Amino acid sequence: MFELLVQTGLNALYAASYLSLVAVGLVLIFGVMGIINFAHGELFMLGAYAVVAVYSDFQLPFVLAAAVGLVFVGCLGLVMEWSLFRPLKDNPLGGLVASIGFLMIAQALVSMGFGVRMEHVPPVTQEVIVFSDKIRLPVQRLTVIVASVVFLGLLWAFLKKTRFGWALRASAQDPEAAALQGISVRQTARIAMFIGAGLAGIAGALTAPLISVNPHMGHSVIVAAFIVIIVGGVGSLEGAVLASVVYAIVHTFVTTFADGVLADITGLLLMLLVLVIKPTGLFGTADRA
Amino acid sequence: MRNLTLILCVAAALIALPHGLSFSQQEVLVFLTINILLVASYRLLTLTGEWSLGHVVIMGVGAYASALLSKKLGLFVPVSMLLGGLTAALVAYILSFPLFRMKGFYFLIGSFAAGEVIRLLWKRFREPFGGAKGLKRIDSMPDFDLGFYAFEFFEPVSYYYFALLVVAVCLWVMWRLERSPVGLTFHAIHWQDKLAEAAGVNVRGYRTLAFVVASGFAGLSGALLAHYIGTINPNSFDVEQMVFVLTWAIVGGTATFYGPILGCIVLTILNEIILRELGFEQARPVIYGLILILSILFLPKGLESLVERLAARFRKTPGKPELGTAPDKEARA
Repeated sequence: MFELLVQTGLNALYAASYLSLVAVGLVLIFGVMGIINFAHGELFMLGAYAVVAVYSDFQLPFVLAAAVGLVFVGCLGLVMEWSLFRPLKDNPLGGLVASIGFLMIAQALVSMGFGVRMEHVPPVTQEVIVFSDKIRLPVQRLTVIVASVVFLGLLWAFLKKTRFGWALRASAQDPEAAALQGISVRQTARIAMFIGAGLAGIAGALTAPLISVNPHMGHSVIVAAFIVIIVGGVGSLEGAVLASVVYAIVHTFVTTFADGVLADITGLLLMLLVLVIKPTGLFGTADRA
Repeated sequence: MRNLTLILCVAAALIALPHGLSFSQQEVLVFLTINILLVASYRLLTLTGEWSLGHVVIMGVGAYASALLSKKLGLFVPVSMLLGGLTAALVAYILSFPLFRMKGFYFLIGSFAAGEVIRLLWKRFREPFGGAKGLKRIDSMPDFDLGFYAFEFFEPVSYYYFALLVVAVCLWVMWRLERSPVGLTFHAIHWQDKLAEAAGVNVRGYRTLAFVVASGFAGLSGALLAHYIGTINPNSFDVEQMVFVLTWAIVGGTATFYGPILGCIVLTILNEIILRELGFEQARPVIYGLILILSILFLPKGLESLVERLAARFRKTPGKPELGTAPDKEARA
């Protein structure tokens, strides 16, 4: 029993690590632009397909494929900012609909390019760290955990230690006051969108060999990310990370000891419960939408 | 008198409509009629300013309830349909307690979560919901003969006439409701909820009322759907369907009663008939997505603003301002 608990805990840690990357990106975009990016799960999916193209099809190194995933999806974020979210920044529902349009286009283009079937990404490494008979941690999963910690650490340092980071946080708190202080809101929106999308892309790229890659995989990711940012409180990056860990633990344990659908229900009920007790999420304060 | 002539002309046109269409287009027409009820009820819900992402699941509650009532209890189908609508309203009433603690973005996501919970319950429990495969062989409407016209409900044309009648009555009720003092209060709550509250309006009570009544109509539309196609499953009411309803309403425009209906008709014809018959089967979502983006970028007030502009050009004198003028921006900043 103890071993099963530890193993499930390790699985939860892995789930929390990539989920927090996706959720933090979503929060960043919402914070700076006030737009709910419904297509964020598709950015994750596109990151995974970058690995399918570069690593499985062209057989280039995995690290390169992951980097392509980060940069390519980040640039797509810039395109979204320029073409959709900037013209619609005063129209939150419009931004939501536009991102739904983007979601449909992305799914259909990927289906046309790669087919609707599940893609098989060959494992990068088969190595497994064996703690005991029943506690095993595949190195591939460990990589995702380490990478998440590194990327979130870098983001934290960027936000707290650099001028751009200050500007970003300022315009997330109060765009107008930030603009009056001479901060280019357009510039901060671009940075937020590149980082937010890029984080979703790298999360998708890193997990691609471990999950089933298909054009509709974004759905479950966006549902989980929504739960996480609501529980954490919209606009709170720390809340998003913490809530990712809590959600991943609950979801993984219910999946292991009951079944997946019940785990989804539990996650959603958890979120509703938090909303009923504190309607702005655990760490949330402002309501911008 | 002129109004009556107009109504009779429209009615005659709607009755004649299916006879010029192919079989598959007749089927689309039935779905379109049912969806018009759905999207009109969605607008009723949004009148108080809250946007829900659970409306299609509520429609599904009506569908499941009506299907189960006729299947397990052997109720007469029209009765079970009405009860389906009532069940949806009841479920909405229960959901309103947690949901109306939230506003704006939180309500949007909260309603989505509540809907997903219901949908996953259908998926999880094979008894009585049929699990992931859903319910099959749902009783159809009993056929009957009027003497001059025999209703055979496996025929899309017959079902279309039936649905048309039900939907027309529902639309009329919703239209009257919106123009009643209750409807005016809905508008007041949308634009000035603090002020309305200060004036002694029970804001939460009215929000709940709009939510419950809209859900009842959505449930009825679900029942209409279930007894036509005869089979439903949890995926018939997933977020993808919700996205369609949302886009119909927003592309059509929600300032007027007809806006969402217009959006539903135009987008359905585009998606189901034009794009399908042009043979773009795989690229259809790409084009549909592009249309969404372009219309939201270049027609932010929806198709209805186009109609209003055309109408203004025809009558030289500006007409009476429409009730509850266009939501230029979402007022809740």
